[in-house]
Amino acid sequence: MDAKLKSLVLENSNDIVKMWLEEVQNNKNKEYTSTISDELFESTNREFVNVIFSSIENQGLSSELDDFSERLINLGWPLSYLTDGMQVFRRVTIDFILSQSDKVDSEYLSRVMQKVDAWVGPIINRLVNEYSGSWEHIVSLQRVALQELSAPLIPVMENITVMPLIGTIDTERAKLIMENLLDGVIKHHADVVLIDITGVPVVDTMVAHHIIQAAEAVRLIGSTCILVGIRPEIAQTIVNLGIDLTKFPTKSSLRKGFQSALELTNRKIVATEEKDESIEKLIDSLDGE
Amino acid sequence: MDFQSCVNIKKEWDIVGARQLGRDIAKKIGFGTVDQARIATAISELARNIYLYAGSGKVCFEAIDDMNHKGLSIIAVDEGPGIEELSQVMEDGFSTSGGLGAGLPGVKRLMDEFDIVSEQGKGTEIKVVKWLR
Repeated sequence: MDAKLKSLVLENSNDIVKMWLEEVQNNKNKEYTSTISDELFESTNREFVNVIFSSIENQGLSSELDDFSERLINLGWPLSYLTDGMQVFRRVTIDFILSQSDKVDSEYLSRVMQKVDAWVGPIINRLVNEYSGSWEHIVSLQRVALQELSAPLIPVMENITVMPLIGTIDTERAKLIMENLLDGVIKHHADVVLIDITGVPVVDTMVAHHIIQAAEAVRLIGSTCILVGIRPEIAQTIVNLGIDLTKFPTKSSLRKGFQSALELTNRKIVATEEKDESIEKLIDSLDGE
Repeated sequence: MDFQSCVNIKKEWDIVGARQLGRDIAKKIGFGTVDQARIATAISELARNIYLYAGSGKVCFEAIDDMNHKGLSIIAVDEGPGIEELSQVMEDGFSTSGGLGAGLPGVKRLMDEFDIVSEQGKGTEIKVVKWLR
């Protein structure tokens, strides 16, 4: 009987495809495919239904299915298009088989349902796996990318390094900050480290705690840590929270912090003579006009 | 009181989600940047307490729009172990996890109203309100 069902479906594939296409076309009104052009939608539908039939015919998953799903993933089609399509295919196929049978009892019905499920199930599973696999891949890539960005240490001058922090600090990142900071201080022989928190959206007690710990650790290895980039609203919340940041110097901007870092290392910025002259010349020439 | 929305806290990154939603709502109500930062920080503390001590819970936001004043109310609910000594946790510098111990007293200072109900073994509910001035 299984073989009979299969040949029935395959022989009448045109009718089933027609019914399926009609139903899926109605789904187009749903939000997710509204931006896709009609032609592309139709050609994709045809391809989709061909792929479904070829995998039923071959009694297994074809490489066409993999190619098809890979292409849709790359084009950014939503997974719900495929799962909805398979759902519709199951419904349409069962309806069709039942309409072709003279006598329908519950046993027959359950056999038909089972058979169609056995066709549709593996395809859905494969599609969902392909999709979630590609998402997991993206997430893991982004996690690596984020980790690379998370705690950079920049040696800007001899004995002075800067660590700009951007974005939310969670416990994992706080650990990285501490490690990179201490490694970097020793590697670059830094006397002063500037931690810039301009890009940190919220400084709560946890973030403050980690910064205090990092600064304390830097102090233990003989360097000074200056916290810079404290925005006015962050300063207010730190005061409200009652966090004590008196143990190390803080500055409002990286520029001010850099100046005090130079002072700490007995240096200062001096404008060169020639530049002054050239500017004076420029002003003179402007006056002359 | 027109709408309420909640964020479930299960992972550390849910704290960021709660904070962002709270900040968006605060911005819509019309809070300035300083109050937005205060609200975001308070949410961060409450959500982190849920994550650290209760494991899971939720943070709910409610915009308050009465005749004469507007504001934002934040309710943090969990079904964790509860807080043993309420007066102790409201003291500055008390912490069971090696933190700064400024969380709850800090939240009280950041916000205008602060209510805490905690029953051991049943959970904790903290309600805070910030009024728009």
